Amino acid sequence: MMNYIWAILIFISFVFAILTNNISALSNAVLEGANEACELLLSIIGVMCFWSGMMEIAKRAKITDALAKLFSPLLTKLFPNVEKNSPAMHYISLNVSANLLGLGNAATPFGINAMKELQKTNEHKDTASDSQLLFVVLNTASVQLFPTTLCAYRSRYGSTEPFSILPSVWITSAAALIVGITVAKIFCIRKQRASPLKSPIPQKQKQMG
Amino acid sequence: MEIIIPLIIVTFVSVGLIKKVKIFEAFLEGAKEGLYTLFLIAPTMIALITAVTMLKASTATDLLSDFISPVAEKLGFPAEIVPAALLRPISGSGSTALLLSVFESEGPDSFAGKVMSVMAGSTETTLYAIAMYYGAAGIKKARHTLASGLCADFTAVVFSVLTTRLFSY
Repeated sequence: MMNYIWAILIFISFVFAILTNNISALSNAVLEGANEACELLLSIIGVMCFWSGMMEIAKRAKITDALAKLFSPLLTKLFPNVEKNSPAMHYISLNVSANLLGLGNAATPFGINAMKELQKTNEHKDTASDSQLLFVVLNTASVQLFPTTLCAYRSRYGSTEPFSILPSVWITSAAALIVGITVAKIFCIRKQRASPLKSPIPQKQKQMG
Repeated sequence: MEIIIPLIIVTFVSVGLIKKVKIFEAFLEGAKEGLYTLFLIAPTMIALITAVTMLKASTATDLLSDFISPVAEKLGFPAEIVPAALLRPISGSGSTALLLSVFESEGPDSFAGKVMSVMAGSTETTLYAIAMYYGAAGIKKARHTLASGLCADFTAVVFSVLTTRLFSY
């Protein structure tokens, strides 16, 4: 999958750069892009480590249990294959809470841990399971109650009402989320119907404690 | 809103102390894992961001948005949002730069500024999310994740225009 996406990006760039006579810009972009990626990674080291540390405290203090309980009515419906009180569900709850609060950088380490936990019960290690797929879709349609960075940008550029867009943001992200999840679920069901023998058997995760 | 982050940290630390967790040790162990995770996703991010920067430099996205803009405008979408809508799923820095340039030229409270704010607030960079999460878990076949994510992104573009229209009156 990534093989094709990456190749397509590179081929299109090459063809268009030749056609529009932009080849020197293209060759500069290789260096620029690699640098930009490293800058991005360097800039998130601190936040990433900090929130991973906070997450470990939350885990040992059983704060994650409480969060998982709070979101379980919703999340158990979305992720029927993930056991209620499993570590995976705890990380998913942390990720969802961080996203809702607009802490995108904190949500990432929680989400990565959730993916690693889900991977433990994934039957085909190189292929995304239904739960993993749904979880990534959930994260691509970031549901935020308070997009803090965005509102900061708006007021910095002289907005008289930096928060006026919030209702639109809520409706829009809810709509995007519903469409994303519906499409993901429909594909999952169709695939199971098409190949009933290969369909992943719903595996339950081991109960914690 | 500024109180949220400090409040979370204080809550975590106090609950940890009450429950007799060795909080400093736990923090260090978690932070170490965070560093390792970053190490794990670094190659994926470098590969993708470089390819996307090449795509932008090749002007392929500009040409595509020139092609789409007239159609979009007929359907009631401001032409300024087309390049942002195209870049949003593939480049975080690219779409932020576009957002800020529209803020600069038309102001954050203009129609285009509002639509782009809503779009930025309600979607993530789909390509990065897919690469990062699957990269960390070691998954090669993403199945229909990209298709579902792009459907969600397209919905977000349509709804950001519709809701901004709705709330402007």
